[in-house]
Amino acid sequence: MKKTISLIVNGFQRSAEVEARTTLLDMVREQFGLTGAKLGCDIQVCGACTLLLNGKPVSACSVLAVDADGGDILTVEGLSKNGALHPLQEAFMEFGALQCGYCTSGFLLTAKALLDECPRPSEQQITDYLAGNFCRCGCYQEIMQAVKNVAEKS
Amino acid sequence: MELADIGKTFRRLDYETKVTGTAQFLADMNVPGMCHGKILRSPYPHARIKSIDTFKAVKVAGVVAVLTRDDIIHDEGIEPYYGPVFKDQTIVAVEKVRHVGDPVAAVAALTIDAAEEALRLIEIEYEELPAVLDVHESLKPGAKLVHDAIKVPMSGFADLAELKPIDGTNICTHFRLNRGDIDKGFAEADHIFEDTFTLPATQHCFLETHACIASVDPGGRITVWATTQNPFVVRTQLANIFKVPVSKVRVIVPYLGGGYGGKVYPKVEPITVALAQKAGRPVRVVLSREEVFYTITKHAAVIRMKTAVKNDGTLVARECEIHLDTGAYAEIGPRVAKKSGYTAAGPYRIANLKIDSYSVYTNKPPAGAFRGFGVSQSAWAVESQMDIIAAALKMDPLELRKKNGYDEGDKFVTEETLRSIGFKQCLDEVARSIAWNDKSFNDSTVQGSIGSNLRRGKGLACMIKATITPSISCAVVKLNEDASLSIYTGTVEMGQGSETVLAQIAGKELGIPLQTIQVLGVDTDVVPYDLTTSSSRSTFHMGKAVQLAAQDIMRQLKQIVANEYGVPQDKIRFAEGKILLPETALDYAEVMFKRFGMQGGTLVGEGQVKTSTKDEFGEKTTSAFWFVAAGAAEVEVDMDTGKFKLIRYATAVDVGKALNPLGCRQQLSGAAITGMGQAMFEEIAYDNGQLINPNLIDYVLPSLGDMPSVIDPIAIEIAHKDGPFGAKGIGESALIPVAPAIANAIYDAVGVRIKDLPIKAEKIYLRLQQGKS
Repeated sequence: MKKTISLIVNGFQRSAEVEARTTLLDMVREQFGLTGAKLGCDIQVCGACTLLLNGKPVSACSVLAVDADGGDILTVEGLSKNGALHPLQEAFMEFGALQCGYCTSGFLLTAKALLDECPRPSEQQITDYLAGNFCRCGCYQEIMQAVKNVAEKS
Repeated sequence: MELADIGKTFRRLDYETKVTGTAQFLADMNVPGMCHGKILRSPYPHARIKSIDTFKAVKVAGVVAVLTRDDIIHDEGIEPYYGPVFKDQTIVAVEKVRHVGDPVAAVAALTIDAAEEALRLIEIEYEELPAVLDVHESLKPGAKLVHDAIKVPMSGFADLAELKPIDGTNICTHFRLNRGDIDKGFAEADHIFEDTFTLPATQHCFLETHACIASVDPGGRITVWATTQNPFVVRTQLANIFKVPVSKVRVIVPYLGGGYGGKVYPKVEPITVALAQKAGRPVRVVLSREEVFYTITKHAAVIRMKTAVKNDGTLVARECEIHLDTGAYAEIGPRVAKKSGYTAAGPYRIANLKIDSYSVYTNKPPAGAFRGFGVSQSAWAVESQMDIIAAALKMDPLELRKKNGYDEGDKFVTEETLRSIGFKQCLDEVARSIAWNDKSFNDSTVQGSIGSNLRRGKGLACMIKATITPSISCAVVKLNEDASLSIYTGTVEMGQGSETVLAQIAGKELGIPLQTIQVLGVDTDVVPYDLTTSSSRSTFHMGKAVQLAAQDIMRQLKQIVANEYGVPQDKIRFAEGKILLPETALDYAEVMFKRFGMQGGTLVGEGQVKTSTKDEFGEKTTSAFWFVAAGAAEVEVDMDTGKFKLIRYATAVDVGKALNPLGCRQQLSGAAITGMGQAMFEEIAYDNGQLINPNLIDYVLPSLGDMPSVIDPIAIEIAHKDGPFGAKGIGESALIPVAPAIANAIYDAVGVRIKDLPIKAEKIYLRLQQGKS
């Protein structure tokens, strides 16, 4: 059974025809061609598929597209504005907060949600907020430095 | 624009696309006409396939092809057996399945849903067979054999030629290393230590699962997009399986979402190509997380180590038996076992050795390469036992290591001379970093600080490892008409930062800005041969090849200038991207214009690195370079619960030369973090051959919350004469000492010796309880 939903994706109005069981991740990747978010574990633990839905991080592998009907989605492709990268994207490059890059979209969006909610987080708050994202290359120290740097500059 | 340099951090060339989500990984790619492939896998650890019925499956709407053993054993164009060392794997199971998850059939369909529906309708009748589920069972006389017969290829890897399966047993290979007089060595001992250490199977858990897109044109030309670390090995294997010359196989590799050894040698490629061939159209297979656990693991090991020691701490003899569980297929297990054997003496001078290292078949998913390649297994035993010895002899573990440890020019166990070995520098640096001699941490302030019974301890460990030898890396660079440079290599960018380092090396040689250099993606149709992106070899080998290729361009430029400007070659110099003549300076674009008479043309430079099993003095060499590292941990253990916390960790690696210092630190701390997972959490759990945790909830990975407050990556720079600018490999080094360093720190804290990985709170708790009773 297909359903037509409409939502805002990276500031643009979009609509899609989806099966009731289509995930938000599949819709964003396959119908909108936004492949920055990755499928990592498929069970909501690795954080590679994180998107912001109405400003809050969600594991898009485990959210139904129909449940995002009417919502406002931000993906990594929407982080930069008018060709200027988001300060988190700049800081991730400066501090070397990624190696293979597969987890990066998820970390950037989760960190953005944190800083939107809490502009000057403590190290403990950063740790707690980002502990649901895995970086298998092991860039945790660099990720911590990058997020702290952006927070300090804000 | 800033000129490229070495020894200086440059923003990585792969970063812009990765932070914007525009970098294309395999699962992000589509090929026109592509359909989706899914694999049916064995539910049993060992069974005979009595029948396969695909009648219902082929009728599912959207199904394009169903692949079974009938397609591979009756097709003269297919050699169904393959494998990097022994041809014991088949594209899909032929007579038997040998582990849970062994591929039995595959479906290509227009949608993933249709493919999955068809899988459910394939009817297979199995006759279950007794299974051997660990090395102990597998080695018992009369144990059920995993393979009745094994095809040993006519020609294979030179370094493994002497290793063969032992008929009538489950022993896949037996590597022996004998040195000196073992009986005499033990007779001279004041003390003998004998311990058994174990490690469980683990999984790489790269966030990007294995995937492949394959296309076979009617003329037999095969194109695959693959998540592989060694595209040229995959090309060779596919050429052998599908009986075509290697020129008819094209392997394209996008960025990898991590590799760590788990993406070397064919994985999902053979089945995807067979499926695409039958479907007559491109097929994409993307493995699920669970399927990755069935595809490749790290070897579980049982290591019995007996060591003879003098009163003064001199190690005089060692007998060691290593059993590595290689699972149902040899894969690269024989080499893993060999490397374990080579390093069973650790980085120590031991005159008398008897080492037996076995790879053993069991009915479990195949084990293969994992960052550390056999040395993480042997070092767990070697470095844990070093501290057992130090404690018994009341010696400082650091001093015991330095007393026995290799110095520059010492002979390794293979009798070859070790050169460029910053081993003791690594040990000293990690000890300094964690304030090794400062034992004031165990005072009452710490114990009483949060009102519970906490103890702190410090431990260290070290290692020596080889790189694959002999091997080949070839590079081509093109100088374009505007003096920009294109670099063609088979080195796979999987996160390690190779693109940037290769560009730095070429840019430094030619004196041009990094921004004018493009490192091309890997495509075996375009780039020259490279053996593999693994074994910590790319910076050393491919870096050198790129350096030689850049020098080849410079030689050609010099020749052109000499011819066109009439200047003797010895009067021509290069500096900062210019060619300096006695009177004037020319830039490369001017010289190109002069050479070609218009704005256009290309200069092609080539570089080849071929390492051999003999060094320049004719002495035997088993590794083009040896790499050494040390790690040191400080832990805090709760005496009431056994729960422990890593407080800080220092890792020192002799990198030769840190070409891109930030990239170097990333590799060192990243590998150390992988080591922390292996030390503290990671373990594939089996129940009667069934994996019970093939997912990222039950198989626990380290996250930000598990990190110590300090990780200190330290690069020691002892230049190697053959590496580019003195650089050596660094990818694996930092991982290997982590587990024993933590175990040694726990012993220092609470006197509990853990010999079985992972180190878990309950193991410490139970031992503490035993101590009380």
